[in-house]
Amino acid sequence: MAAAAFAQAPAQPPAPGAGRGGRGGGGFGSAYPQHAPSDPAMVERGKAIYGVNCAFCHGSDARGGEGGPNLIRSQVLLNDQNGEHLAPIVQKGLPDRGMPKFDFSLAQISDIAAFIHSFRVGGYDLSRMAPPSIVVGDAKAGEADFQSRCASCHSAAGDLKGVGSRFADPKVLQQNWLVPGSGRAGRGGPGGASAANVPPATVTVTLAGGKKMEGRLLRIDDFLVTLAGADGFEHTFRRDGALRVEEHDPLEPHKKLLPTYSDKEIHDVTAYLVTLK
Amino acid sequence: MKIERYLLALSICLAPALAPAQGLDPSVILQPLADSWPTYSGDYTGKRHSRLTQINQANVKNLTLAWTTRLTPGSASGDGGGFGFGFGGRGGGAPLIVGGEGSGETGGRAGNVNIRASILEVNGILYLSAPDNAWAVDARDGHEIWHYFWKTKGGTHIGNRGLGMWHDRLYMETPDDYLVCLDAKTGKELWHKVIADFSLQYFSTPAPIVIGNHILVGTGDDLDEPGFLQSFDPETGALQWKWYSVPMEKGDPALKTWANLDAARHGGGQVWIPGSYDPETHLYIFGTGNPTPAYTGQSRGELDNLYTCSLVAVNVDTGKLAWYYQVAPHDTHDWDATQTPILFDAEFAGKPRKLVATAERNGYFFVLDRVTGEHMVTTKYSDSVNWAKGLNAKGAPVRDPGKDSTIGGSLVSPDNGGATNWPPPTFDPASGLFYVPSSDTYAMYYLTETDPRGAMGLGGKDEQFVASFGSYLTAIDYKTGKVAWRHKYPGGGRNGGNGLLTTDGKLLFAGDPSGNLVAFDPPTGKILWHSRIGNVSNAPETFLLDGHQYLLVAAGDTLFSFTLY
Repeated sequence: MAAAAFAQAPAQPPAPGAGRGGRGGGGFGSAYPQHAPSDPAMVERGKAIYGVNCAFCHGSDARGGEGGPNLIRSQVLLNDQNGEHLAPIVQKGLPDRGMPKFDFSLAQISDIAAFIHSFRVGGYDLSRMAPPSIVVGDAKAGEADFQSRCASCHSAAGDLKGVGSRFADPKVLQQNWLVPGSGRAGRGGPGGASAANVPPATVTVTLAGGKKMEGRLLRIDDFLVTLAGADGFEHTFRRDGALRVEEHDPLEPHKKLLPTYSDKEIHDVTAYLVTLK
Repeated sequence: MKIERYLLALSICLAPALAPAQGLDPSVILQPLADSWPTYSGDYTGKRHSRLTQINQANVKNLTLAWTTRLTPGSASGDGGGFGFGFGGRGGGAPLIVGGEGSGETGGRAGNVNIRASILEVNGILYLSAPDNAWAVDARDGHEIWHYFWKTKGGTHIGNRGLGMWHDRLYMETPDDYLVCLDAKTGKELWHKVIADFSLQYFSTPAPIVIGNHILVGTGDDLDEPGFLQSFDPETGALQWKWYSVPMEKGDPALKTWANLDAARHGGGQVWIPGSYDPETHLYIFGTGNPTPAYTGQSRGELDNLYTCSLVAVNVDTGKLAWYYQVAPHDTHDWDATQTPILFDAEFAGKPRKLVATAERNGYFFVLDRVTGEHMVTTKYSDSVNWAKGLNAKGAPVRDPGKDSTIGGSLVSPDNGGATNWPPPTFDPASGLFYVPSSDTYAMYYLTETDPRGAMGLGGKDEQFVASFGSYLTAIDYKTGKVAWRHKYPGGGRNGGNGLLTTDGKLLFAGDPSGNLVAFDPPTGKILWHSRIGNVSNAPETFLLDGHQYLLVAAGDTLFSFTLY
């Protein structure tokens, strides 16, 4: 029934951060063989035959149903072009797996194959039944959590006034109260700009003679530290001798709390914050 | 001892002079790692521990650059141009050999190559690879000898872990699932062979491992297809055996750990990182990938899903499973167990034992008996890890279903990249410590697919990074599994740096996350030397040439060779 809505090739979802994941890269999905669009009339005929005969067991979207397997990821169908691999199975059945035989012509089986091949195949499968919202918590419990966890630094009537309106997407709000700037949208990506004011990390460098320099931390490793000085220049220091380096991460209090939250608390606090319109 | 070592070195040096056409005799790989680097991990143990001592604690501060060479992938690197700023003599004159069955347009990523491969060093020549590309480079001055380019049909071009060598032949896997055999002297192709079904979206990244007359070849896949390891004949490319990491037929004893046969046959468990080999037992010991669908596991059943996320031992002669140990029953976070395990003989509880150790992407460290698979140690080496409720009777972590992806989001440590990943660890027999690049990270895992059947592959979730509590070089005492020391890299990134090397010169080399190649004191983690060469992209290696020890590492598209003068 709903199959028609899925029968077009959707855009690939954004590539997940491959990072050192060793694999990944949904962006490469297009690099795999996909079936060229078939004659729409074939797809329509195939959809009708499929809907009547196959959908109960294999699902209206061919992703599996009452007892029948997912056909989208099926080795037989991934290698099939025009029904030539599908035909022997349909016409003879698979008695040991409970699949009956069907008396379809090769042309009809080609139509069924055209319908199944109209679904895009990818390992970074689009979610097709996305939940309407990530807000699942209890706002009242969240308010109490907020008072005990957050109120020493933040207030609903003060700095967080209207925070629920500043974030169009509650997921972005949740990421930003957990650790400001975290998640994809928080880094200025799409999906509603972050309203979180994320103060930068700073560093204080004390030179051998006691002279101090302070500024935004640009980069640090075991050997060098670079800060943006008040004079507008970048200053890089070699970390040896008597150089003292103190980092100040304004997000530290948020990070320290992370291991102490239960997921329920997180959901409850988010449910509360979205009410602060 | 010293004399023996000298004789061994001499015999290896003389072999090529006596029989230059022999290339690499597979028996050389059985020797402990010293003069050459003939296979992925240097030798079969996975220790990445070299017996060389010429570069050592006393003189490492004098280590200096011998040469650097920049490599250009794709077909643009041919005669007359394309060679970067290399100091090599012949520059762009190296012959370009082109093969492949595709148009080459979707892969190769010309001009943008990141060398993640382990580099072979045999008889003064380096053999290395990147997706669709292989090179031979002179180890003395870095000049390019030949370049082979494979025109791809497509597929995931995420990386290539290196080449395998058998006599005068090289073997490379391609992203579009071919095993290509090259003449090591000329780079000319001898044959290529399909190793996996590209229509099923397999892609191939591993370094082939040569053991006697077996070429062991793994592949990858992100579309719910079964994982396997294959063994090919080195001369003909004929299949010798194929071992599936999931049940493929009725009657398989592992089938009871799956909802049904269809789920098992789409259950993943890819073999995408080389393993280690024990010549005494003929067991090839390696890790398998995550079960699929990865994040929405309901179609797999609330069962263990063997042999995914497992350390497995397969007999190289028969392709039969000898033992397995599952490090994560029913994984739901795509934390592949594809870390190269390390084999070593050492004392445990007062007795000499034959051990295998692995630090897993899921944050746990394990020690087993490598002959029997008997469990000995499990510990958590990443402090923040929070996805398990405890350990089961076999010592494996038990997943907390509450930390699966949920609609409201689950705060989970580690993030999908894991507490570590594929970059190789090292073991130093002198310090008795196992070293691994690691990080302590949190991410929110949101379930986005509410269809009760779940998603396919890696779909159905939205993982959003939250915070890193630091990147580390972590040293673990194998006897207790406890962290002996951790060096916290400043800057708090989410990536623990790249692979590692230890040597009998009492040195531990690591690429840090900030673009430095660093030498540490193995027992304490004290820093002894560094050079800022850019983002180190593979694990450092070492070898001896003309009586001089070299340290070789890649940073992106450039090789750096260090030595003492």
